[in-house]
Amino acid sequence: MSAKSQVAHAAGQVAMFPARAVEPLMSGLQRVLGIKRMPWVFLIPNLTAVVLFALLPVFINVFYSVSGSDRLFPWDRPFIGGANYQTLFDCTNYLDPATCSRDLFWRALGNTMVFVPVQVTVMITIALLTAVCLNREIRGRGFFRGIFFFPVMLSPVVVALTWQWILQRNGALNGLLSATGLPTLNWLVFPNTAFFWSVFVTVWAHMGFYTIILLAGLQSIPRDVYEAARMDSATPWRSFTRITLPLLKPVLLVVFILAVIRSVQTFDELYVLTGGGPGSATMLMVQYIYEVGFAAQPRNFGLAAAASLLLGLALLVFTAIQMRISRGGNND
Amino acid sequence: MANLVLDNVKKSFGAVEVIPGVDLDIKDGEFVVFVGPSGCGKSTLLRLIAGLEDVSDGDIRIDDDSVVNVPAADRGVAMVFQSYALYPHMTVRENLSFGLENIRMAKPEIERRVGDAARLLQIEQLLERRPKQLSGGQRQRVAIGRAITRDPKIFLFDEPLSNLDAELRVLMRVEITRLHERLGNTMIYVTHDQIEAMTMADKIVVLRGGIIEQYGAPLDLYNNPHNLFVAGFIGSPRMNFVEGKLTEIAETGSTFEAPGLPPMQLPGKIASTAKVGEAVTLGIRPEDFSVAREETGGWPVSIGVTEQYGANSYLHGTLPGDIPVLIHEAGQSTARRGDTLYVKARENHWHLFGADGLALAHR
Amino acid sequence: MTDLSMAKSGTSIRGFISRRRGRKGLHWTDWLTYAYLVFGLLVMFVPVLWVVVSSFKTPANLAEFPPTLVPFSSETIMVEGYDEPLPLFDVVTEDGDTVQLAQLRRVGIQAQMVDPANPDERIVVPIENATPVRKFYLAFENYSNLLSDTGGNIWRYVYNSLFITVVATLITLVMNAMAAFALSKYRFRGSNVALVSILATLMIPATVVLVPTYMIVAQLGLVANLWGVILPTVATPTGVFLLRQYMLTIPDELIEAARMDHASEWRIFWRIILPLSSPALAVVAIFSILSRWNDFLLPLVVLTERQSYTLQLALASFQTEYGIRYELLLAMTTLTALPLACAFIFLQRYITSGIASTGIK
Repeated sequence: MSAKSQVAHAAGQVAMFPARAVEPLMSGLQRVLGIKRMPWVFLIPNLTAVVLFALLPVFINVFYSVSGSDRLFPWDRPFIGGANYQTLFDCTNYLDPATCSRDLFWRALGNTMVFVPVQVTVMITIALLTAVCLNREIRGRGFFRGIFFFPVMLSPVVVALTWQWILQRNGALNGLLSATGLPTLNWLVFPNTAFFWSVFVTVWAHMGFYTIILLAGLQSIPRDVYEAARMDSATPWRSFTRITLPLLKPVLLVVFILAVIRSVQTFDELYVLTGGGPGSATMLMVQYIYEVGFAAQPRNFGLAAAASLLLGLALLVFTAIQMRISRGGNND
Repeated sequence: MANLVLDNVKKSFGAVEVIPGVDLDIKDGEFVVFVGPSGCGKSTLLRLIAGLEDVSDGDIRIDDDSVVNVPAADRGVAMVFQSYALYPHMTVRENLSFGLENIRMAKPEIERRVGDAARLLQIEQLLERRPKQLSGGQRQRVAIGRAITRDPKIFLFDEPLSNLDAELRVLMRVEITRLHERLGNTMIYVTHDQIEAMTMADKIVVLRGGIIEQYGAPLDLYNNPHNLFVAGFIGSPRMNFVEGKLTEIAETGSTFEAPGLPPMQLPGKIASTAKVGEAVTLGIRPEDFSVAREETGGWPVSIGVTEQYGANSYLHGTLPGDIPVLIHEAGQSTARRGDTLYVKARENHWHLFGADGLALAHR
Repeated sequence: MTDLSMAKSGTSIRGFISRRRGRKGLHWTDWLTYAYLVFGLLVMFVPVLWVVVSSFKTPANLAEFPPTLVPFSSETIMVEGYDEPLPLFDVVTEDGDTVQLAQLRRVGIQAQMVDPANPDERIVVPIENATPVRKFYLAFENYSNLLSDTGGNIWRYVYNSLFITVVATLITLVMNAMAAFALSKYRFRGSNVALVSILATLMIPATVVLVPTYMIVAQLGLVANLWGVILPTVATPTGVFLLRQYMLTIPDELIEAARMDHASEWRIFWRIILPLSSPALAVVAIFSILSRWNDFLLPLVVLTERQSYTLQLALASFQTEYGIRYELLLAMTTLTALPLACAFIFLQRYITSGIASTGIK
């Protein structure tokens, strides 16, 4: 603890030093540039970082995807046109990944397309249910809220190792099953159960986040609306479907978009939990990108960039459609 | 101590012209109130003077020096904001001294100024508190104190009392007036409340749509409104208006006729610009009627609601043709709903406005 | 906490739970709610508790199946003629007595045992007749072994993680607050373009730009350098957005007052805006700390040398290296989760309210 506070103190010192040095610099700049240009001075550090590590990489990525070789720096890479995309799409039968030259890409794509809808649906349903429960007048609300939320704080690696420990052959789950006389299973060795637990573990880890957002949404619905509904003799179920859900729609939409974007990007937990296995049963797109671009030798940056651009494009299209639908739905 | 001149000051936000052109000359030491309905440009005008907005055209001179290109901090003006704008995370003392520290004033001088201002406003015991721990009136004093420590040439107040309750407002009104008497600085005060304007101002500026409708001493505005707008805006309750025409003009009194009403004698002098047959609006303040219980040739007013304040009575009635009329009677009125009273104009206590809205005397 | 004290004060649990504002007794939906929440409590909390409990088990205890609920260690005994201590078993003999024997080795479903009092005679016992003699035992040595086995490297990982977390968070706070200040308190040409381009980066998943980010980090010479992980993520669009929304609620009059008080723009930012934004800053700080401490993919790609590993990387690599040494892995897992678990207890309210406000607005 004392070491930590020392670190904090040192950090404070480090932070204060530039602050003192910055003041004369900034007031000097203000004298030279005038107040009108000062917002740009405040913006420049952030914009630099944004351009350097977000916007520029997008353009570089485009170039990577149309250039070849295993060289890292763009100027070392020969232009090869759409060859990377051709490689990815090189299939004799698109319904059968085994006929593709990059069958892993198609398997990862297929897995992602099953994983995302299932995981998002399950997660939002459970999060909504939990939020509704937590929104009731119950004892220990803060305690329960904390319980549902705290896995969000855990690192993906910790989450994965925790569940690996429980799901392993001699783990707690099998222990529990054998104690109650049920058959045990090596859960992470079979494709179907591994996939199930992949969904389960990611839901377990991230659900609390969405629960909190939904709970805040529920709490922003004024109580008197429900009281009015009670006076109108609405049943609880009816007030849920006719009042809660419609009023929660904007929040649900935000949650939905966030959940899909994050679900598509799932990597850390599964990388540690299953490593994408057994075989490629739980390998999702991001892991494929990582494997192709960084893990495999030689590193195929071009292919990874092409795959990630396709992924980004898909996300963009999805969000655009979502926005369009929601705008059509209500006029906010 | 300074005089302030606005020379054809204009302000537009994009295509919207908020101030189409204002000329104003405020003398050293005057307490001037800008008054007008919301959106009349009075706050914008104040912010232009403060330097918080740039003028689109025209010139502002303080002590004969143009300040349009001088930053707000260097104009020698201090502003008391509507929300007080106290720094919530600083104590009262820090609030008062922040501005002085920024110009690197010597510590003892800061101490002295903060102490003086605190004593003047009786907030010495609050110096170590934060704004959150103060009542509305106390915050108000701190905000004024912050302005005082800067020792400005001109004080600017932007609706400073609008966040206080009615009782406190009356109290602070008196206090600000007293402060002005003590400091003697030029002060400009913006409000939408014409009672504040009437009670506090040396001079009132009535604004509408960014244009000065009238500029003058409070009672001057009350007695001689230049136009319908000022006549209706200054004075509470509002002046009564009846539309009709002049049928006779004479040295000692003229005659005004409105459809469905008996002719009304207007005793006293009339403006030389008045013409017989001209369509005019007659304005009479509620307290300016002479009221009779019996038919004596005045306008018959059928009484509806009567408001009894104890010391005063306000009778809401209607003339034939459903023209609403408000009558003031001193003391407690005996009139009841359904009674008919007969009203006449008193000598020289009436106003005539032409079809263009201007008072006949001011055309 | 309150639950406990209330229960102690003599009220029955049921009476306590059902005591609610304005209504008598529990509706069946309340029972359902409690049932669900308790079930949730088990699913959410028990797994982590299980890891913590397991981290205090000895390797032998960990290898048992079915696992024991609490950490045990087997009683061992030194028997004459054997160098190693032998595990002690309760054995039910054929005539129904129970005797304590030390096990030499297991052969299939039978075990060779000796009576400690009579070490020369070997006894063959069917294992279903033998249960180990055990006592409750917390294996703290797992943690000390972790330190000694990694050769003190673990402090290196802790330092790396801490350095990245603290420095990145400080930079994030100041930089994002500066941008948020510019975007909330100034009207200037291009402000919308700037805001949109910052927020647009929300739409760019970090994984999508992984390769070029790595390239830029490499070009800056920061591979295997902690700054290579810090810099790419200092500008967080959600941070700018949250701070901007908060700063919009700070009245402009304050800034005008400060300007009339001769404060320079930087001074307004540093002395007025920053202190007043502290609730939002706290939320951004917590998010930043969380994501830096838990970050995995970017460090995995950039921090290529063991010296620069973060705790998370080390933990993940332990999984493969020490896969068989579960006791070390579990101890390390517990250690990695510990700091945030502590922080969580203190900061729960801030965190949840922060998520609620960023998620919605």
